[in-house]
Amino acid sequence: MVSDKVLLEVKHLQKSFGDKTIFKDLSLTVRQGEVIVLVGPSGCGKSTFLRCLNGLEDYEHGEVFLDGKAIPGEQKSWYQVRQKIGMVFQSYDLFPHMTVLDNILLGPLKVQKRTKEEVLQQAQNLLERVGLWDRRNDYPSQLSGGQKQRIAIVRALCMNPEIMLFDEVTASLDPEMVREVLDVMLELAKAGMTMIIVTHEMNFAKAVADRVIFLDDGGIVEENTAEQFFTTPKTERAKKFLDIFNFKE
Amino acid sequence: MVARFLFEVMDYQFIVNSIPLYVKAMELTLILSFWGILFSIVLGCICAMVDYFKIPVLKTVVKVYVEISRNTPLLIQLFFLYYGLTQFGVRLEGETCAIIGLTFLGGSYMAEALRSGLDAVHKTQVESGLSIGLTNWQLMRYIILPQACAVAVPSFAANVIFLLKETSVVSAIALADLMFVAKDLIGMYYRTSEALLMLVVAYLIILLPISILFSYLEGRLRQHGLGSGNI
Amino acid sequence: MDSALVIFEGANLTRLLGGLLVSLRIAFLAVLFSLVGGVLFGILMNSKNTVVKVLCRVFLESVRIIPQLVWLFIFYFEMTKVFHIHIDAEVASIIVFSLWGTAEMGDLVRGAISSLPQHQRESGFALGLTKIQLYHYVILPQAVRRLLPPAINLVTRMIKTTSLVVLIGVIEVLKIGQQVIEISIFSAPNAAFWVYGFIFFLYFIVCWPVSLMAKWLENYWASKGV
Repeated sequence: MVSDKVLLEVKHLQKSFGDKTIFKDLSLTVRQGEVIVLVGPSGCGKSTFLRCLNGLEDYEHGEVFLDGKAIPGEQKSWYQVRQKIGMVFQSYDLFPHMTVLDNILLGPLKVQKRTKEEVLQQAQNLLERVGLWDRRNDYPSQLSGGQKQRIAIVRALCMNPEIMLFDEVTASLDPEMVREVLDVMLELAKAGMTMIIVTHEMNFAKAVADRVIFLDDGGIVEENTAEQFFTTPKTERAKKFLDIFNFKE
Repeated sequence: MVARFLFEVMDYQFIVNSIPLYVKAMELTLILSFWGILFSIVLGCICAMVDYFKIPVLKTVVKVYVEISRNTPLLIQLFFLYYGLTQFGVRLEGETCAIIGLTFLGGSYMAEALRSGLDAVHKTQVESGLSIGLTNWQLMRYIILPQACAVAVPSFAANVIFLLKETSVVSAIALADLMFVAKDLIGMYYRTSEALLMLVVAYLIILLPISILFSYLEGRLRQHGLGSGNI
Repeated sequence: MDSALVIFEGANLTRLLGGLLVSLRIAFLAVLFSLVGGVLFGILMNSKNTVVKVLCRVFLESVRIIPQLVWLFIFYFEMTKVFHIHIDAEVASIIVFSLWGTAEMGDLVRGAISSLPQHQRESGFALGLTKIQLYHYVILPQAVRRLLPPAINLVTRMIKTTSLVVLIGVIEVLKIGQQVIEISIFSAPNAAFWVYGFIFFLYFIVCWPVSLMAKWLENYWASKGV
């Protein structure tokens, strides 16, 4: 499934808020079709790292390459890049004044200037896949959290991104709704989508990840396959971290 | 007493005869309000945008303007424009003065209404718009403004009614608005009850439908979970 | 430019400031009555009795929908006629602004009290507070914080609105300004510009600090997270 082609490359990224360094010298290579899960204690910079990859945060040093091309740090170039990098947030953030369908169509029609028939067809396919086609004319306030999050995923997918970023997408969901969202993500992974996922759902991480990256203290502490990371982690710190989650089999 | 007042004191012939005067005056009140409110909205939008995008220099100008506009009465603004400026050869028509005055006053109120709306749009909405590749202009047009306007509707509506009411002051610079006609009738015939009753009725004819329309709109918006009532 | 000095000629400055004092006296008394009346009216508006609620609403909306200037005329001219008592224009102004202020302040008080979430009450009771303790320590401090900034803004509005009383013949700052201009029509032809400009400035100097205080309080409490 994972090809040899490098899709996204991050080199020596550094980010700080004021005097507080969030991470320094962070490097990561993501191949096409690969699913990477970022784990680590709260405040270790996982979310900030994802936001840097989508230009929502500036960074002081380092470079990001997409498809082998460097992304210049200025804001302007991000408009192009963001069409290729989809992102889903913890707080769903559907646009409350638009119907489900309008939420999904906005980007493809206004940013990518695609034709309505074509986008509508794709939106229907995607919505049917997540089981929400019949809710297409509802407003976000009429949907449950799990439904909103599935719509948010569809909204990002409809832009035909090359890579998807998931920032703790189940963290504000009620437990019974977590499953429906994770299932959508698992299916996406099976279909070969390249993904970087920040999550606290360790069972899900184990099931979905090709590679697990453990971040702490502003750097990568451990990089491992999912299988090995959750059974025999290489580092003490990862072991301690997993103990807190009581994740032992 | 009310019955006696209504059936014996009131001169209904007088009221009927004065209707055309009031209709004409109402026209002027509405025309002045229309332009005053329209320009207020335009000025308010410009000020709110300058503030939102933190445009240097202009930002300070807007700030100073808002403070002056909000802390001085319309009547004094009008006197200054109409009687004060003429001394230096700036000869403004009464109507022009009234519209400038209303705009000067209303602009800051509209700016404030829109600003509070813009503030209410959550930062994550902006990020989520950016993440699907919207440009700043598209973000403003499709995501931020629609939500900001919905939130601003109650204060916006209050401002429209406020400005309509404020036009009553323009009689002081010799414009023949509703207030002016009522004053005239009182002065000429001393028919105060009739003149004032007509005045109240005229304002109710203008303001009641607007007030009802706005509360209906507000209710509709709230159904979609947009906009929260202001204080 | 010489016309500018007209403000400082003879007793002009003292007279103008004296006129301002008349405006401020009206504003002060009206604000005072509105504060007391507004708190009572606000509590009344929160009543569970439907009849009381409807009556309050009718009062509030009728005061609001008619321009203050019209109310001034109604009180000044009609009261004399209907009750056969002549009331002074200044008294009429104070009555009108007090009624208006009471209505507006009452609505602010109602809003401040009813906007407090129910769980604040409940968690207060859960701690074993009595009703009086609950109001003293939990409800009132929060309500006052929500109430003060808009209430202070209302005070600014009331001060500005006192400028209207000249139109029913109260001798206040604008009227005295007109007199000054008339007297000096030959000696200082540009007096209107300077005198009206000065009155403009006077209103600003009075209202601005009040507005600043409202904004400061709002920011201060916002920074403390309430």
